[in-house]
Amino acid sequence: MSNTRFLGCAVLVAALAYGAAVAVHNSYVFFAGYVVLQYIVLATAWNVLGGYTGYVNFGVAGFFALGAYCSVALVKLLPGLPIPAMMLAGAFVSGVVGLGMGWLTLRLRGAYFSIATLAMAVVLQTLMVNWEYVGGSGGAYTMRPQRAPFFGLDYIQYLFLLMLALAVSAVCIARTIERSRLGRGLAAIRDDELAAEASGVPSLRLKLAATALSGALMGMAGAPLPFYVTYLDPTSAFSLSYAVNSIAMPLIGGTASWAGPVIGAVLLGTLQQVATVTISSALNLLIVGVLLVVFVVAAPNGIIGLSGRRATAPRLRRFLAPGRP
Amino acid sequence: MLSFDLLGNALVSGLLLGGFYAAVTIGVSISFGMLDIVNIAHPAFIVLGSYCAWLLNTWIGLDPILASVLLAPLFYLLGAAIYQTYHVSFERRGDQSLRGLAFFFGLLFITEVGLVLVFGVDYRLVQAAYVGTTLHFGVIDVPLRLLVPCLVSLVLIALLYQFLSRTFIGRAVQAVAQDPLALRLMAADPVRLKRIAFGISIATASIAGAILIVIQPVEPSVARDYIGRVFAICVLGGLGSFAGTVLAAIGLGIMESLTATFYGPSWAPAVAFGFLLGTLALRPAGLFGRG
Repeated sequence: MSNTRFLGCAVLVAALAYGAAVAVHNSYVFFAGYVVLQYIVLATAWNVLGGYTGYVNFGVAGFFALGAYCSVALVKLLPGLPIPAMMLAGAFVSGVVGLGMGWLTLRLRGAYFSIATLAMAVVLQTLMVNWEYVGGSGGAYTMRPQRAPFFGLDYIQYLFLLMLALAVSAVCIARTIERSRLGRGLAAIRDDELAAEASGVPSLRLKLAATALSGALMGMAGAPLPFYVTYLDPTSAFSLSYAVNSIAMPLIGGTASWAGPVIGAVLLGTLQQVATVTISSALNLLIVGVLLVVFVVAAPNGIIGLSGRRATAPRLRRFLAPGRP
Repeated sequence: MLSFDLLGNALVSGLLLGGFYAAVTIGVSISFGMLDIVNIAHPAFIVLGSYCAWLLNTWIGLDPILASVLLAPLFYLLGAAIYQTYHVSFERRGDQSLRGLAFFFGLLFITEVGLVLVFGVDYRLVQAAYVGTTLHFGVIDVPLRLLVPCLVSLVLIALLYQFLSRTFIGRAVQAVAQDPLALRLMAADPVRLKRIAFGISIATASIAGAILIVIQPVEPSVARDYIGRVFAICVLGGLGSFAGTVLAAIGLGIMESLTATFYGPSWAPAVAFGFLLGTLALRPAGLFGRG
């Protein structure tokens, strides 16, 4: 399927999802749906680096919260700025931070990048706790207008539509990358970085591009958060559950293609929305953690791998590189 | 105007804190530095150790450090079981870089949320004779609350060092760190040795946990603050070098203590990250590394 036709299909699916949400006639659907869509964006963004390139980013919460805090600062600085502009600003800031982190650590083994991203989230949180302008440790309130700037839509519907558009773009970007020269280069890096480098793949440049893009999408997903929650404090913005979810969803769905993170995010996101209402929210985070561990141990190719015959790839790789432990 | 009382006290408490950080890091120096297993869940096991020591302390009034030594064999078994799972699921498949990391991240998260569900998010403290006492040397104060953990930590590291360099198993563990293939040619089983070494690394988490709760009140998410610190020290000390680990830990302890004294304690977590990024960017082999 060509990229434009895929975009058409994705927009159609999105329109159907919006139509279904309107038909239910209950604004809670939009509140719950927003979170699921946000996880589609985060999981897809994580997968661009994690699934395609094989570099694990533990700092999802950092990039995400950076986008959110960017909005908090912009609301104070330039009141009345439309949210899409804030999303672009969030994307820029998180993308630049991703680029910087990558430039410092991506030349080393993958484990160092992972550790550095994990530590980065803690440090960004420290910065926000100490930065009084955006509320410090006490948090900041953001007024949510009653109505959207056009069509007189309910504001939550507006936020839902923004996130829907972002989810559609993220999935289309991921799919385009997968089929492009960039995606093939990233896959080569994932399978054998040394061999890729020797064959002329500019590995550092490709990894930096993937890191910056992945970070930018996460920052974009975070930008509308202050309007969604109306009250943002460092502890909740940097919650480890964002990182755990964004890693668990692609790994549960399957990391090889764009469909895996979407399947994982829809399943796990919906499950959590139901579980948060019916059971406690701490218990439902425990479920996500347990599912993550169970899936990486028992079903390394995720749900997609359970049905298909993709399991041959790692075996082939082992055959080609018998010296590796 | 710089106050020398303040500076002296900051240096001494940084030194003691650094000794404690060495105990927190030594487990990762074994697992990450020697065995090449990126166990990011180690700080969570340390907090688990804190809670175990707290339980024994509040139930039967046992000294927390003594309790942790008694519990260390259980932690050893836990570590051996985790390594076995890791080996069968990831190491043998050659899949440790992506899914192995996610596995440990999952363990970190499960431990933290599990502790929240069982114990809640209240800060927990232990009771012991040395917790409230402070020695005075002129203007320098030495709280036993910091001195005892530092000494316990140094004894622990000295014992581990003796074990690794004097005993047969210890030398075999060092050999598996250097060249597993050569070890296999000598008819030794690298998986068994790695399981023993990983068990030991988790056993140190029990003791590190006990001295952590002596130093500060503990709640489940404390583990996250230690991830950056632990790996910064481990990398800076030159993966797997015990002397390097102790020196790097003391260096970081002093830097953090100075930062906390002169800029405020809320900035201290950023110091470890600065150390980590600086090391990775400038000298990834560490200050005392071979490379």
